[in-house]
Amino acid sequence: MEKQKEDIVILAIESSCDETAAAVVRNGREICSNIISSQIELHKLYGGVVPEIASRKHIEKINQVIEEALEQAEVTLDDIDAVGVTYGPGLVGALLVGVAEAKAIAYARNLPLVGVHHIEGHVSANYIEHPDLEPPFMCLIVSGGHTHLVIVKDYGEFEILGRTRDDAAGEAFDKVARAIGLGYPGGPKIDKLAKEGNPDAIRFPKAKIEDGPYDFSFSGVKSAVLNHLNHCRMQNLEIIDADIAASFQKAVVDTLVEKAVKAAREYKMDRLAIAGGVASNGSLRLAMAEACEKAGIRFYYPSPVFCTDNAAMIGVAAYYEYIKGTRHGWDLNAVPNLKLGER
Amino acid sequence: MKILALDSSGLVASAAVMEDDILLAEYTVNYKKTHSQTLLPMLDAIVSMVELDLNTIDAIALAAGPGSFTGLRIGAATAKGLGLALDKPIVAVPTVDALAYNLYDTDKLICPMMDARRQQVYTGIYAFENHRLKVLREQMPEAVTDLAGQVNDYGREVIFLGDGVPVYRAVLEREMKVPYSFAPPHLSRQRAGAVAALGMIYYREGKAEHARDHRPEYLRMSQAERERAEKQKEKNGI
Repeated sequence: MEKQKEDIVILAIESSCDETAAAVVRNGREICSNIISSQIELHKLYGGVVPEIASRKHIEKINQVIEEALEQAEVTLDDIDAVGVTYGPGLVGALLVGVAEAKAIAYARNLPLVGVHHIEGHVSANYIEHPDLEPPFMCLIVSGGHTHLVIVKDYGEFEILGRTRDDAAGEAFDKVARAIGLGYPGGPKIDKLAKEGNPDAIRFPKAKIEDGPYDFSFSGVKSAVLNHLNHCRMQNLEIIDADIAASFQKAVVDTLVEKAVKAAREYKMDRLAIAGGVASNGSLRLAMAEACEKAGIRFYYPSPVFCTDNAAMIGVAAYYEYIKGTRHGWDLNAVPNLKLGER
Repeated sequence: MKILALDSSGLVASAAVMEDDILLAEYTVNYKKTHSQTLLPMLDAIVSMVELDLNTIDAIALAAGPGSFTGLRIGAATAKGLGLALDKPIVAVPTVDALAYNLYDTDKLICPMMDARRQQVYTGIYAFENHRLKVLREQMPEAVTDLAGQVNDYGREVIFLGDGVPVYRAVLEREMKVPYSFAPPHLSRQRAGAVAALGMIYYREGKAEHARDHRPEYLRMSQAERERAEKQKEKNGI
């Protein structure tokens, strides 16, 4: 990368869950490198992310990941203008590794430090491949830990319309996948198996929430799947995993699409984006694209590599925070339950 | 030769700067465990106070474990970040060794103990011989009663120190057969000064590692790994 004088180059670090990641981002939109060291294979043994194991892996990998990100971007720390880091929400022990590392690098190099909200990062992933996308727009954030429907009013400014009352969408995928023996992580496995199944084979319920039109609830549909499995076993009925996967997925996707599009219409947003791990779900992308086209809404979604936890999206969010003047001190702490829009 | 030292392995957070055989600065706080918020500001305070140019340091000495898993990682990530940014190596100092070094040249046995929960302490048994710290029993997690028995077997007077002392004082008073005492307050907890002093010796002996390669010495598996290993063992047993 040839750095111009006016360029703002950010080194970003992300370690909120089970990916150790670092990236170099130029001027908020250009990804010069995006290194992700995934621990998925390790956590598969336990059927889910084990926080202590994740934290141990982060500390082992973090320098190597950062060094690779710098190398691949063909820059050194001399070219870096600020260090961005996820400081919440997430697993506290995991977050702390990235936060302490980022602080030390920024301190030793006398660089500004910008703490980034993980979900703000996910939203910002949409800016990477869509240069035309700018706030305001509607955004549905769906991952293993989060389900939020928000209006992105400006960079880093959100109005939260709805969130999950219980399980996150991705969490429901993981739990159902475990119940039908698919293992961890559940999302991609259900997505794949559902392609072979009939989405209308079983009618799983969609939760209606009276006092929160844009809130979500996925524990009901998850329980319905478990009840269905029990029922079949007791009655000695054949269990067709593919049909269960397809029908469950349809129930979740229908709810997500319905509420997101309804909100976009109500708030007169002509653009809608999705973000987070579940945003790489094929069925969700397809259904959302169709519904948006019908409603005359432009639909945006990131490539799968930017849907999963990554540092490129953190670098993008850090850039917009940086130019707004957000700076954190050497006492920056990890905040495992950090609220969206807080800093 | 300049060494920067950090210890956030237990309840204490501590940072130090040492130049040759002079401890230029040491900042130790034993008040609430908020190492993530305090460690770097503490380092910053002493670095600016002694007008240290970070680029002139030779290595970062670190209390490398055992200790609180999270505390160790805060120290490790801080040291690794400094190492990466300054291109300096890390000198890993065993936490319990550094604690023992607080009692330089005593003619008694030294037995540091850090509260490790689950009725155990991280401990070791040490003595000074010809002004050098000699490790009689390497640092390990151990039940306090078993530890007391091992120390009794040496038949020598012993000094206990560390944050395990207030937790297990009653057990020691019951179990100890040899004469014993407790280190005074200014010597009884982790101090980055001791990490720096031992780190300097290790560094001169060539015991430094690339910051990239450093990982804490937990001396314990994670709970999930332990439970999985136990299940595996049960399975094999049947």
